[in-house]
Amino acid sequence: MIREIYILLVEFVRTFGGLTLFLIELLQQAPRTLVLRFRLVVAQVYNAGALSLVIIMICGGFVGGVLALQGYANLTRFGAEDAVGVFAGFALIKELGPVITALLFAGRAGTALTSEIGLMKATDQLSAMEMMAVDPIRRVVVPRFLGGVIAMPFLVAIFSCVGLLGAHLVGVNMLGIDVGAFWQQMQNSLDLRDVTEGILKSIVFGFIASLMAVWEGFNSIPTAEGVSRATTRTVVITAIAVLITDFMITAAFLRN
Amino acid sequence: MCGFRKVSAMLRPAMSQPNDNIIEIRNLCFSRGSRAIFKGLNINIKRGEVTAVMGPSGTGKTTLLRLITRQLRPDSGQILVDGVDIATLNKKQLYQLRKRFGMLFQNGALLTDLSVFENVAFPLREHTELSNRLIRHVVLTKLHAVGLRGAADMMPAELSGGMARRVALARAMVTDPDILIYDEPFVGLDPISMGVIVRLVRRMNDALGISSILVSHDVDEISTVSDCSYLISDGKVAASGSPDELNRASSELVRQFMHGMADGPVAFHFQAPDYAEQLLGRDAE
Repeated sequence: MIREIYILLVEFVRTFGGLTLFLIELLQQAPRTLVLRFRLVVAQVYNAGALSLVIIMICGGFVGGVLALQGYANLTRFGAEDAVGVFAGFALIKELGPVITALLFAGRAGTALTSEIGLMKATDQLSAMEMMAVDPIRRVVVPRFLGGVIAMPFLVAIFSCVGLLGAHLVGVNMLGIDVGAFWQQMQNSLDLRDVTEGILKSIVFGFIASLMAVWEGFNSIPTAEGVSRATTRTVVITAIAVLITDFMITAAFLRN
Repeated sequence: MCGFRKVSAMLRPAMSQPNDNIIEIRNLCFSRGSRAIFKGLNINIKRGEVTAVMGPSGTGKTTLLRLITRQLRPDSGQILVDGVDIATLNKKQLYQLRKRFGMLFQNGALLTDLSVFENVAFPLREHTELSNRLIRHVVLTKLHAVGLRGAADMMPAELSGGMARRVALARAMVTDPDILIYDEPFVGLDPISMGVIVRLVRRMNDALGISSILVSHDVDEISTVSDCSYLISDGKVAASGSPDELNRASSELVRQFMHGMADGPVAFHFQAPDYAEQLLGRDAE
């Protein structure tokens, strides 16, 4: 029993140490890559960002609509249905926008990154690059990591905007809330601090989701089973890490 | 420029290298987990020759190539390239050294997101400032040499196994390396592709003055193409010499391997409990 705990502990420290060194290398290489391999980074922003747009917009629209429905159903009891805009705005911009986008990103783009890098490893493409004196971290990993980090805040912004439009559609057009009250109250209640919180979360979550995706891919066991396990781990670990970090950032932003 | 480099590479042995061996492996030991793969391996790769490394499956032939190129590190022993111990190189020096190597992987290892042309152009785009026009010339020349100039615009997924390996060969030689390494180049090829590859290996070695290391267990092909062969068994060199010498060797192991005999020092069956007992004994119930 003690021996098993010890082995687990050593494994944890080893993995965490490896992840830290990996992150340091990514950050060291990032500025050079951004300048010298700008086109590769743009291609990866397209892969991680533009190709995720449809799922992000569909989900954003429906989440906004559900918020309006739930908000309306509960707020009418207090005669405060005009506050549906505030309710949806707070929920989307501070919480649901960043969190759901990060979870969708892990499922859509994160898994694609992990399996792509894992399969490149399994088919010796990364070894071939090393043999051609090309650092795979610089050529393959860093552009994909940067692509995710850059795309995420934009995806969150789009999710939140489409969500607000969904809430407007349901709240104003279907449930008959006054359009002026819907937007005016939201504008009065939400301030820069709230938007900043959302933006900060989107940046941090983008960082976490992209890092986990490339790390798992790069360290996957180069077999079919190994790559599939790594892909699953990407989603699970990203989800856990995002929700824990979300709690911490929310706590840090609470007004005293 | 390239031409000059090639000429200087050809002159190098006579001018500045007192040693005939471009690669020397001394007392190499390497284990995976508890299984010892090499137990004091000694191999010399001669400059300008085709050297073959043979051995039954699982003797660590591919592992040896990964050790030579330092994708793996030995437990003990030395690997010297032009007299320099590669274990002492830092990452930058190692990448400089690797620019002198070209390697053909077992499955080709083409980059699947790039076309055939871009795959072959990849090392040039990464390491040189050549103009697009010049890169196009060089790449088409190399693709022509492997007979696949017409496939330049195809994607790797559209190629057959043999074609992929020929493209990988074009990519391995596009930077005019000093040392070409082939990992099982003949596996799974049809007779025509096999003949093409065998001729290419020999022709490139002689025409470009490079040194080649070839890992394989295709005895017939090795015999036609190699100058010197090493037979590895049980983590050590069991025999070495020219193909003729190996064919005439009296050792049981060498004869079993060279003539493909099922019975001999190398057992066909992996270590297992008694056959009858396993089928009829208590475990069977």
